[in-house]
Amino acid sequence: MAMVGKKYTKWIIFAILVVVAAFIVFPILVVVMNSFKANLFISSTGAFQLPNSQSFVGTANYTNGIDRISFFSAFGYSLWITVASVIFILLLTSMLAWYITRVKGKVTNIIYYLLVFSMIVPFQMVMFTMSKFSNMIHLDNPIGIIVLYVGFGCGMSTFMFSGFIKSIPIALEEAAMIDGATPVRTFFSVVLPMLKSTAITIAILETMWVWNDYLMPYLVIGTEYRTIPVAIQYLRGGYGSVDMGAMMAMLVLAMIPVIIFYLFCQKYIIKGVLAGAVKG
Amino acid sequence: MEKTLRKYFALFALPALICFALAFFIPMVWGFILSFCEFTTITDASFVGLQNYIRAFTVDNYFTQAFWFTLGFTIVTVITINILAFALALVLTKNVPGTNAFRTIFFMPNLIGGIVLGWIWQVVLNGVLASFEQTLLSDAKYGFWGLVILMNWQNIGYMMVIYIAAIQNIPADMLEAASIDGADGKTTLFRITIPSVMPSITICMFLTLTNGFKLYDQNLALTNGAPNHQTEMLALNIFNTFYSRVGFEGVGQAKAVMFTILVAAIALIQLVATRSREVEN
Repeated sequence: MAMVGKKYTKWIIFAILVVVAAFIVFPILVVVMNSFKANLFISSTGAFQLPNSQSFVGTANYTNGIDRISFFSAFGYSLWITVASVIFILLLTSMLAWYITRVKGKVTNIIYYLLVFSMIVPFQMVMFTMSKFSNMIHLDNPIGIIVLYVGFGCGMSTFMFSGFIKSIPIALEEAAMIDGATPVRTFFSVVLPMLKSTAITIAILETMWVWNDYLMPYLVIGTEYRTIPVAIQYLRGGYGSVDMGAMMAMLVLAMIPVIIFYLFCQKYIIKGVLAGAVKG
Repeated sequence: MEKTLRKYFALFALPALICFALAFFIPMVWGFILSFCEFTTITDASFVGLQNYIRAFTVDNYFTQAFWFTLGFTIVTVITINILAFALALVLTKNVPGTNAFRTIFFMPNLIGGIVLGWIWQVVLNGVLASFEQTLLSDAKYGFWGLVILMNWQNIGYMMVIYIAAIQNIPADMLEAASIDGADGKTTLFRITIPSVMPSITICMFLTLTNGFKLYDQNLALTNGAPNHQTEMLALNIFNTFYSRVGFEGVGQAKAVMFTILVAAIALIQLVATRSREVEN
């Protein structure tokens, strides 16, 4: 009898999980469905009706939306800024982390605590001065913004790298240096290979942040170069009503790369989240 | 080795530090100073003492209103997200068929950016509310609960992953001993499972707490503060103070400083809470 009861509970739990999963997937399906409908049929209760011969507009929303916000150039900027920022964050902060962990002193200590402090300061604190300042020193372009992302990503990334470097024995590095390797050579052939798994974790966390970031690209380069989040919000326009058809189509296009990335790197993403949560 | 490496400051440390100074350190110090000044561009400031801090509260009540809205929102989401995420984690560690598929689906919303999320839910919630002849903007309570639902949708999977890892780390012999001693499900949950995952509960509480306080993108895309600033959270209120009223830059900066102190205080409490627990163990 007890066995039968247990089996029932298992299926009840399964049914609840299916309902939760439906709740998760439902909004995304609604958006996909509406992206094929004419504007008029997206608002109000029509939002949950399948496209029919009256409301179906084929791919018109897609072509219209792509045109209006230059989706592919937005995709290009997002991709370039994310990839370049993450590469530079990984390279420069691993070097910084090695230096401040291995060279003990007042200065490196102060640097370390400043970096930790920067992790807790919300963006709003520096938003205004940073965007004006970056405009003054000409960082307000798709190349300059990389510098800003390295500066902002510095805190967490250096913190995580130095946490790991502290745990690896210094003997290997010393041996390499005694054998005549320069610090540069020691770093690239001895230290860097050991940092690989931490680097993957950091890369995942920083990618998720930079790709989805809205305020910084909006304030710094938003008038000339739009990343995907900025382009999507731009569809709202100044006043007037939003072209919901184009909006739905652009939301779908914005989600596709994220979902592909997730399906391919799921294992690393979940690992990264766990490591990041415990340390952050 | 330390001696040789010390000379390489310019090569190893300087590049990242220059970026850090330009993006964060200089703007932060500058911003702090400007919070005591009146200015429209960052170079024409004149000192006005605490006037900006006073005006933040006296010129309109939106900032205080945003604080209470944010606080209410954060309390509700901290509770709901953690309870739901923990419940899902408990269930998904019980060998239910399809565990991996469920985990994949539940975590997915977390990767979608805040702006995209806000618009997705705007359509869904307006669709639901339309059957009651309401919209998201017709009353602040719709915006509030809309944001709560959105935040749950986005964050449950993330916290669930952390809880799953913690539950899987509970030694099997501890649970076995409990069942041999005749502990029922409820006793095991409250006497073994929850105490063993306490560090993760602390982490998730603070993650949801700071996520709630710092929320911006979702707020902007879902309601943009409407109706009449009533669903405006702190971060959005600060943005609007800076950019939608000329002459209020100083007030915006003063609000940003207070916001920073608030968020930093939460982080410090977290640090103390996790440290003291580490000592206990």
